Amino acid sequence: MSMAGVEAPSLRNFVANADAPAFFWDRAASARFTDLQRGTSIDGGRLADLAGRSVLIATAGQLTTALALIELDGCARRLVILPPDTEADHLDALIAAAGVEAVVTDVETPRRPAFDIAARAVCTPSIAPVAERPPVRRRSEWVLMTSGTTGVPKLVMHDLAGLTAAVHARSPADGAAVWGTFYDIRRYGGLQMYLRAVCGGASLVLSSAGEPVADHLARLARHGVTHLSGTPSQWRRALMSPTIRAIAPRYVRLSGEIADQAILDGLRAAFPHAAIGHAYASTEAGVAFDVNDGLAGFPAAYIGSTRDGVDMNIVDGSLRIRSPRTASRYVGIEQALTDDDGFIDTGDMVELRGDRYHFVGRRGGIINIGGLKVHPEEVEAVINRHPQVRMSLVRQKPSPITGSIIVADVVLKSDQQAVPTRQIELKDDILRLCRKTLPRHKVPAAISFVPALNVGATGKLLRRRR
Amino acid sequence: MSVKLTIIEQMERIAREHGKILAPLKEDLVLADCGLDSLGFAVLVARLEDTLGIDPFSAAEDAFFPVTLGDFVKVYEHGRR
Repeated sequence: MSMAGVEAPSLRNFVANADAPAFFWDRAASARFTDLQRGTSIDGGRLADLAGRSVLIATAGQLTTALALIELDGCARRLVILPPDTEADHLDALIAAAGVEAVVTDVETPRRPAFDIAARAVCTPSIAPVAERPPVRRRSEWVLMTSGTTGVPKLVMHDLAGLTAAVHARSPADGAAVWGTFYDIRRYGGLQMYLRAVCGGASLVLSSAGEPVADHLARLARHGVTHLSGTPSQWRRALMSPTIRAIAPRYVRLSGEIADQAILDGLRAAFPHAAIGHAYASTEAGVAFDVNDGLAGFPAAYIGSTRDGVDMNIVDGSLRIRSPRTASRYVGIEQALTDDDGFIDTGDMVELRGDRYHFVGRRGGIINIGGLKVHPEEVEAVINRHPQVRMSLVRQKPSPITGSIIVADVVLKSDQQAVPTRQIELKDDILRLCRKTLPRHKVPAAISFVPALNVGATGKLLRRRR
Repeated sequence: MSVKLTIIEQMERIAREHGKILAPLKEDLVLADCGLDSLGFAVLVARLEDTLGIDPFSAAEDAFFPVTLGDFVKVYEHGRR
């Protein structure tokens, strides 16, 4: 599908170009979004009221956001996408910062005083025929929110061209596709999967908050998912479910966290015939690159050369990215997004091992053990290599002697938990692997076996901050 | 196993893991001279919390650390009561 020569393509252009009906499915409902060519899901024909305005999309469900984005792109001046777990206390500040003039909700959106100041329209999963739709006449601004763990999220400005720049590059296993994602589409990672589906005229199986993993996998199987994406933590949880055998995706994608060799190998074993890729992306930097050779890290040659319009360099161990897919600016705050040369500092620390760079952790996540530094993620990557380990969390514990020490919470693959004597052997075995691979201070002082680890709404492992 | 034996076993184990040689573990052995470095002790305290279920040092209001092995064992015996 070539967009050459088309002025300001909008999502509706892609929908109009779809060759066959395509659907969004969530847990409770579905919508044939290709019907939006001649219909609307915005209740009462209020769409014209939203034209040219800054519109907050504050739906309870993902299905209605999925529809509203198609309705509003090219119609509203600005689309502001509200992630599901935004704290109510932050709404006033976010609405003011984004200059919100209208709100799109669905029937389940919680009532918030912050929404009352603006014009309001309701989006439903049903698409009613409409005589005339407002014409697509502008390049809408897309405003996404960062998933920072503390304080008011930052608002980040994108446009459809930048958001879809990585979509048009052919991905492995192209062809008639059914997309699925463990992410929420109201954040950058999930939005990428949404845009891949809509721009390709393909159906998308949405995740639903609180849905058990097995139920979600069963739904993905029922809809015949071919392309499925999630964070490494979400994939680890999925691999613990026997229902994983019900799906057979052709393309498996990981992003949002470090993809270690253990999870890549685990997915290879589960899906021997699938193309498996891990991507690096962030809300600010956009999609920087995909790695499709089945190995953790990325080739050293990616640094210092322009690939696909993306330049990367490393300053003080942190990866910096300059690309046409990066956000253009922050909204509502005076803070530069890039340095003077146009690079975004990701804060993701990398280390050269042989001919590949490996991600070792976040700059802000370093634990100091008596003056020696350790990234929890690099220790987890080693623990996860143990054949009986499914996933792990390395955390800091105060120590009267060294200030901090690290301990590990470990989730074993199925059925390993039972026998206590076996547990002691296993702990020793995991620690032996750590000692063989890591310097002394990076070896956890203690290991606990836990039934599960907490994965947040962003799909990332929750790290408790002290 | 007694608290004392648990502590001695863990000390020997950590020394082995960290490639250190322990001095003979007598009651009046000054801990600073026992052969474990500060990381070794930090690991010891964390492991003992795992096996004995207590961390008397983090629980204490003010920072203190026993001088001899005998004192160290007493802190744990006291904490376990």
